[in-house]
Amino acid sequence: MSLINQFKSGLARSKAGFTDRLATLFGGGELSEEFYEELEEILVSGDVGVETAMKLAKELREDAKSLKYKERTQVKDLLFEKLTAMMSAEKAVSETIHRPYVIILVGVNGSGKTTSAAKLAHIYRREGKKVLLVAGDTFRAAAIEQLEIWSERAGVDLIKQQSGSDPAALFFDAMNSARARDVDIVIGDTAGRLHNKFNLMEELNKINRVIGRCVDGAPHQVLLVIDSTTGQNAVVQAKSFNAALPVDGVILTKLDGTARGGIVISIQDVLGIPVRYIGTGERIEDLAPFHPADFARALLDL
Amino acid sequence: MFSNLADKLQNTLKQLRGKGKLNEKDVDVAMRQIKLALLEADVNFKVVKDFVAAIRERAVGQEVMNSLTPGQQVVKIVNEEMTRLMGEKQSGLNFSGKGPTVIMIVGLQGSGKTTTVVKLAAHLRRGGKNPLLVAADIYRPGAVKQLQLLSESVGEKIYSNEEADPVDICLEGLKLAESESHDPVILDTAGRLHIDEDMMSEITVIKNAVKPQEVLLVVDAMTGQDAVNAASAFNEAVGLSGIVLTKLDGDTRGGAALSVRAVTGCPVKFVGIGEKMEALEPFYPDRMASRILGMGDVLSLIEKAEASVDQNKAREMEQKLRKQQFTLDDFKDQLGQLRSMGSLDEILNMIPGGGNIPKEVRQMSLNEANFKQVEAIIESMTKKEKQDPSVLNSSRRRRIAMGSGTTVQDVNRLLNQFEQMQKMFKKMGSIDKKGAMKKFKKGKKGFPL
Repeated sequence: MSLINQFKSGLARSKAGFTDRLATLFGGGELSEEFYEELEEILVSGDVGVETAMKLAKELREDAKSLKYKERTQVKDLLFEKLTAMMSAEKAVSETIHRPYVIILVGVNGSGKTTSAAKLAHIYRREGKKVLLVAGDTFRAAAIEQLEIWSERAGVDLIKQQSGSDPAALFFDAMNSARARDVDIVIGDTAGRLHNKFNLMEELNKINRVIGRCVDGAPHQVLLVIDSTTGQNAVVQAKSFNAALPVDGVILTKLDGTARGGIVISIQDVLGIPVRYIGTGERIEDLAPFHPADFARALLDL
Repeated sequence: MFSNLADKLQNTLKQLRGKGKLNEKDVDVAMRQIKLALLEADVNFKVVKDFVAAIRERAVGQEVMNSLTPGQQVVKIVNEEMTRLMGEKQSGLNFSGKGPTVIMIVGLQGSGKTTTVVKLAAHLRRGGKNPLLVAADIYRPGAVKQLQLLSESVGEKIYSNEEADPVDICLEGLKLAESESHDPVILDTAGRLHIDEDMMSEITVIKNAVKPQEVLLVVDAMTGQDAVNAASAFNEAVGLSGIVLTKLDGDTRGGAALSVRAVTGCPVKFVGIGEKMEALEPFYPDRMASRILGMGDVLSLIEKAEASVDQNKAREMEQKLRKQQFTLDDFKDQLGQLRSMGSLDEILNMIPGGGNIPKEVRQMSLNEANFKQVEAIIESMTKKEKQDPSVLNSSRRRRIAMGSGTTVQDVNRLLNQFEQMQKMFKKMGSIDKKGAMKKFKKGKKGFPL
């Protein structure tokens, strides 16, 4: 199954209400005020956020007017282009220049960091890279065991310490082992933390500094893991994590449910942080690179 | 941009408060703002529509038009409707008449089921019960181990069997509870998507087999519009008896609480407010509504304060505050006491008008290192300086910085925060005159700040 289809089938399972409404909306008829209001509502119901939804509707209204559009289908194409453009923020990543190339995963509790770390390791492993996983969640009970099982499934090495140990010290060791073992990619899991807990965000900052001291320019990629069921708070999360350490991209998880993850549109719009991967299931291969056009197409059921 | 729903509604209603009488247009403006605020707070859009319609109907009706202060009347209506929507009264757990009570915990992946199970066990233990935990999540790697470790940390017994089927595990757990007289039995089921038919039928089978008194759905407080889909699917499959709202210690506006309650009709029974095993509290709809409306969660604050503040000191402080003789020494004492109550931000959110407190004060972090620094700076001052910080010229500030091992910037920041706090107290003094603080007095112990 192609990536688009995989994502679409996930969405299809119960986005029925959403798709039906879209189909009716774009089915035909004139461009009335009700049309734009309905469109706004549909976007909001996909967690796009009121502000972004209103902004999109306003832009569409103006563009349609200046382009002298009369048909709803024309606006649909326009919306597709706009969404794709909004989600195409780029931040260069160069995995070949740095060695070891260090990636760390951050996020709030229960967003799916540990599972995503394993899935990411699997992707690189399949590309023939030598991967090292770091069990950086030393706080949550059995998080280390969880990643240990995953690392066996992915067939990659794991660096761990005892539960409760200092994560910064663990990352220090991990960076040295990465060099000694001559690995290509280091993927670090971290403990889930709510972004409004000062001490925990400071801890993240410290991990960031320690990694940077051990390996030049590291971490080379900081990925924020966001549960696609999250509402408007995801923007606040992204802002706070980005303030503690610069976030390069988002992994949007649990897209196999009914949530549409529209909040990533706001995150890209407001903070310019692109989505890099989407999680679409519980198997180790259920992580796919993010493609803005596919996402917009699936979102609008094109 | 407003920082939260409370601020927003407060702002909308402030405009109404100034008015003598409401016309249709006023109501329209206010309703639109309430609608937007609720949507941004992640309340489901259908729920918002119903909610706003209900308020609107009452707002333009007789009771507002005939009252002398329609603005206040709308505030009252919004508050009442919100409380009503969230379930009026606090609801507790149902217990079985004979045999062990069975509590089944269900939810999506990552919502916080396992942590909730252990917190709930600890809560019931405090109430004199002898619970047994059952690890029925055999799918997620490390899930059983997680429950084992957590239950060990609070000294609770757990039943697990990684070779068996979840339905059998639950039945075996129940049998063990009966023979060892554990009551209640708490079942930790695997996280599942509400559209996964196989997994949903699994919990239906478990439910029919164990006949639980409680089926609690664990919902992440940060959930957006999709909360209604998941909640109604779970409700249809197993028939929920209540909701546990987790991660409420974050800064989410928590609209999911309103949505989930509205679509399932089930009360929120508990809220998770931290990573510690005792961080589970009963849910009080009226308090939550007041808090959302920016009226402050006064009752919770008083309870918290009473638990952690020396009463005599508190009375003394109240006197000082009234006379506005708040010195740097008091400031230091207060920081120490605040630290034992929880984060400053959390506390400020409970104070009436707390949402309006300046950023400088809010962002003041009360971590250990920071507190030590503040203490060092204040202790490096002379008696006179502590009484009257206005004498602190640049040479005195330099001396203090050197004496406390900090920089002049640190000293300046502290003085700035102190000044902000004094201002804040002045404001609170004036609120008191208007009577909003009377509730504190009813709480009879005096306000600790």
